[in-house]
Amino acid sequence: MIRIVFAIMLMLFNVEAAHAVLPSEMLTNPVQEARARSISSNLRCLVCQNQTIDDSSADLARDLRLIVRERIVAGDSDGQVMDYVVARYGNYVLLKPPFQMDTALLWLLPFAALILALAVAYATLRGRPVLDDADEPNDILKG
Amino acid sequence: MGGVLVIGLNHDPRVMPSTLLGAPLPAFDLPALDEAQPNIKSASMKGGFTLLNVWGSWCVSCREEHPLLMKLSKDKRFKLVGIDWRDTKAHADDYLLTNGNPYAAIGTDQGGRTVIDLGVSGAPETFVVDNTGTVRLRVPGPLTPEIWAKDIEPLLKDQGPAS
Repeated sequence: MIRIVFAIMLMLFNVEAAHAVLPSEMLTNPVQEARARSISSNLRCLVCQNQTIDDSSADLARDLRLIVRERIVAGDSDGQVMDYVVARYGNYVLLKPPFQMDTALLWLLPFAALILALAVAYATLRGRPVLDDADEPNDILKG
Repeated sequence: MGGVLVIGLNHDPRVMPSTLLGAPLPAFDLPALDEAQPNIKSASMKGGFTLLNVWGSWCVSCREEHPLLMKLSKDKRFKLVGIDWRDTKAHADDYLLTNGNPYAAIGTDQGGRTVIDLGVSGAPETFVVDNTGTVRLRVPGPLTPEIWAKDIEPLLKDQGPAS
């Protein structure tokens, strides 16, 4: 019984272990390290596509984390570091894709769907008789 | 909208577009696997077609495409160049001894820097580089006879025999 409880607790409280950044990778300057962490958590791991490079323990993710830190130390701005990686892997590595021609459909489709739904709702509801106070609810059910 | 979603079903999310298509091959200068050989440089890949193949002795799918590479190594229309990625010399030598060496030259990329410059996300990955040093095609994953016939053979025919 104790073992089962322990196993469940382990599963529940194991969330912390998800971060893959090793102490040896970290920059000594805490401001730079914080920037590296924030950049890394916006870059997709190419091997395990639903993780960020900050979370992934894949070799490629680690190499990319080191490059992010190297660029920061070299004096790049956050945007320049992002551009460096995007130049190699494309917008795909960004977990939040930018708004541009080839991503327009991605960004606009939800709004188009919303407008379409509102238009359909408006057209359907407008044709319906308005329920006034004199009518008994049962009348409507009887048709 | 359903149509858009259906397109998604036929799209392999592991295959990402390359930022390199139609662009010059990024510059690199890699030590040769065989230390006695000169470095493998991107600049030396002009003047003929090159098939640049990223591999490693640890890579399972590389074994899958290896027999095809062996066959292609006899094709005189291009040079097959390998980049041995994140590997040890002992393991790589052993792999080539067991499976045969299809490469005209092999560079090693232990730090993975060149491989990242190429936008590679996993091995094997192959780039077709034309005689001007421009990347014409990127094939992520193992090469197959189908990919060869459909995508690579036409590129080679296009340009005629490499000079």
